[in-house]
Amino acid sequence: MGHDTNYQDREFKIIGTRVKRPDGIDKVTGRAKYGADAFAPGQLVGKVLRSPHAHAIIQKIDISKAEKLAGVKAIITSADLPDLTGSNRGMTDILENCMARGRALYHGHAVAAVAAIDEQTAKQALKLIKVTYKLLPHVTDVDEAMLPDAPIIQDFVLQDGKPSNIAGISTFGHGDVDAGFAEADVIVEKSYKTEQTHQGYIEPHACLANVSSDGSGELWVTTQGHFSFRVVCSTLLGLDMAKLKVTSSEIGGGFGGKTHVWTEPLALALSRKANRPVKLVMTRDEVFKASGPTSSTSMDIKIGAKKDGTITAATAMLRYQDGAFPGIWGMLGAMTAYACYDLKNVKTVGHDVLVNRPKVAAYRAPSAPMAAFGVESTMDLVANEIGMSPLDFRIKNAAKEGTQASYGPVYGPIGIGPTLEAVKKHPHMRAKLKKNQGRGMACGFWFNFGGQTCVDLNIGPDGTVSLTIGTIDVGGSRASLSLIVAEELGIPYDQVRTNIGDTASLGHNDTTEGSRGTFSSGMAAIFAARDAVGVLRERAAKMWDIPVDDVVWADGVATATGAKHSNLPPLTLAAIAAKAASTGGPIAGHNEVVADNAGVSFASHICDVEVDPETGSTKIIRYTVIQDAGKAIHPDYVEGQFQGGAAQGIGWALNEEYIYGADGCLQNTGFLDYRIPVCSDLPFIDTQILEIPNPNHPYGVRGVGETSIVPPLAAIGNAVSHAAGVRMTHIPMSAPRILKAIDDAKA
Amino acid sequence: MTGVLVSTTINGDAVQFACPTDETLLDSLRNRVGLTGAKEGCGTGDCGACSVTLDGRLVCACLVLGVEANGREIGTVEGLVEDGKLHPLQEKFIEHAALQCGICTPGFLVAAKTLLEKNPKPSEEQIRYALAGNLCRCTGYDKIVRAVQAAAKEMRKK
Repeated sequence: MGHDTNYQDREFKIIGTRVKRPDGIDKVTGRAKYGADAFAPGQLVGKVLRSPHAHAIIQKIDISKAEKLAGVKAIITSADLPDLTGSNRGMTDILENCMARGRALYHGHAVAAVAAIDEQTAKQALKLIKVTYKLLPHVTDVDEAMLPDAPIIQDFVLQDGKPSNIAGISTFGHGDVDAGFAEADVIVEKSYKTEQTHQGYIEPHACLANVSSDGSGELWVTTQGHFSFRVVCSTLLGLDMAKLKVTSSEIGGGFGGKTHVWTEPLALALSRKANRPVKLVMTRDEVFKASGPTSSTSMDIKIGAKKDGTITAATAMLRYQDGAFPGIWGMLGAMTAYACYDLKNVKTVGHDVLVNRPKVAAYRAPSAPMAAFGVESTMDLVANEIGMSPLDFRIKNAAKEGTQASYGPVYGPIGIGPTLEAVKKHPHMRAKLKKNQGRGMACGFWFNFGGQTCVDLNIGPDGTVSLTIGTIDVGGSRASLSLIVAEELGIPYDQVRTNIGDTASLGHNDTTEGSRGTFSSGMAAIFAARDAVGVLRERAAKMWDIPVDDVVWADGVATATGAKHSNLPPLTLAAIAAKAASTGGPIAGHNEVVADNAGVSFASHICDVEVDPETGSTKIIRYTVIQDAGKAIHPDYVEGQFQGGAAQGIGWALNEEYIYGADGCLQNTGFLDYRIPVCSDLPFIDTQILEIPNPNHPYGVRGVGETSIVPPLAAIGNAVSHAAGVRMTHIPMSAPRILKAIDDAKA
Repeated sequence: MTGVLVSTTINGDAVQFACPTDETLLDSLRNRVGLTGAKEGCGTGDCGACSVTLDGRLVCACLVLGVEANGREIGTVEGLVEDGKLHPLQEKFIEHAALQCGICTPGFLVAAKTLLEKNPKPSEEQIRYALAGNLCRCTGYDKIVRAVQAAAKEMRKK
């Protein structure tokens, strides 16, 4: 399929217009059905008992009293789940994160689950389960977890043959950094820390599981990947994959956190045991304690440059915590850290470190924001040392087509340079600042992902078009995909409806992650539409009784070409569809594709802050996002991604953090104490969409969903430094931290 | 567990349901009345996804007991459509792409409607403070504020 996916420059008719999304009415009327909105006759309420300790051996679980409570229909512990020890490590980790086996590894780790006739009974049953714990020493800080005498989280993790919490060390780069630093006129070395944050989707995890006695089952779930959930859940529970139908509900936000299973295997196991449907909805407290936050980090960044602004060498030593199970988060940090720059000598090392915290999950451009905080803060420091503007310093070193990225590949056409030039031209950069205000900017990168994708396009007897996709829609992608089909077929947008199929209606689709929804399903939709056009031309040829080569499809109609056929009026899609029964049956187009080569994405952000020197409180005064979208299919929803990512980054930069006590327990498990930005915290967020076509997509589309969360931490850090004269090296830059930095600077 | 019979008015309709005394109005609405438009995002009154009106006053349904609805008037997102027509706020939310995932949308609509009933011409700042009890994680609030501004303008024309 390779060549078919190449970008072709063309004039679009409706791509790029701001149509209304097809699910809009359902979502403004309360009709849309999310994870917790489903109901099945006879359904039970599922609840999970969680460890109150950070690290403890589970000596005994006594369910005898709970079992006897009237209305309790099933109780499960790890004893009711398969013991995967010694088999596939990844699957074992997933299962042991869903339900602790022998040892509770973090505060909130599941130890038992109950299904009962109602919420009250289920809660009462949890209280009646008696768990005997033997406390173990714990560690929640990433640096402390790397010390030689730290408590060991997982016995199977070894470094140099000895038990260790370092689950992975990943090194990237090229050139000779020692030689590069020797050439430098200026070298800046700085250490940084970032605290753990949560994706903070407003919809808690929720599912409705229904397993029959014949081993078939259904799972209704809020997820970013119902096909992957089917693979994982059926594997963990020993169900036949084809017999488990997973349906994705409307999803109330995911940002990576809904790429993993947390309670779904438990709901299925409870349903199987009780032989009744089980609805299991996490509380917000559980979401914070036991569904994937992103890593907290610690890092050392070193950049050397010549007086003319050329970077001669750059290194990053990154330590990312994965929670209690190995992940790839330090590796991703090491890959992304210097991806914006064209560097001769670069070395990054990412450590993946285990601690007694929940298993880390992807969070929007996972791992990139923290590394970017360190690198982009240090970039400003180097620019200041050599007396160059931070913007010009970045422009001078920006990666371009042909640059070998620090993580390996050679870039094609990319947008980092253009976003920086756009920053330079932007009126925001010339706006006057008042007292206590400062401006900062920073860049960000994300890989983007394509992956396995398939779609079905069916033309109804009335000529309306239904596109069935297997990626989920979390921000308007159904509108974008309908636009793509309408564009290809040359028909009005309203004539196309995009629906998300369940796992029984389509082939496997990879999880909707890596900003791949519109990129990859869009690619498949283009090919499916072209496939359907081929069928439409054949049918028109049959209706006219002329060779198919004499039929062209344009502007939504089949036209007969050549002088011989000049008397034949064009056939609309509806006219051809109406005759389908007599010309060969239903008309459809299909496509299955591995949507490789998702175009990499770059953004540059500009931010103005005002810091109150008496309290350390920081307010965002103005914010501008400039990002390369490749091609914006629906500009509203592209802007929405830019704005949403920036807002999450602002929350991370200034406020959000997991706070652990000395007992290793999470202290702020609600939105009151884990405070995400509210409406009055933010200004309007200006956006500028650049379109540098991705050569590997027919329309030039790049993923747009994630990159916007990468620059804010550093952009705000740089702005705070400008406003208050203090360089913040610890995220979040909460009021007390900034105040302390201001006081320390005075002393 | 004691069940109590509750007689209330929801979106103008007389409704009866029985619920335990410790059940939230949100659970009663969702699980007993079958109105799932109000969402539970936190259960602690921090996110506003369950915003409804109680005798015209904006409340978090997760902080009100079902039994407290007795003899009162409840307004939910399901009551925003009148005579088959979307409320201007609903129109403008769609038109301005003021929702991405949409889970917070019912709460925002109920809160914004309450605001515009009290203040037909709110400033940007007034809108931002009036909606500060409703969390949205997708949009950064930009398009939400613009949609409320546009709806207010539209409603003033009438």
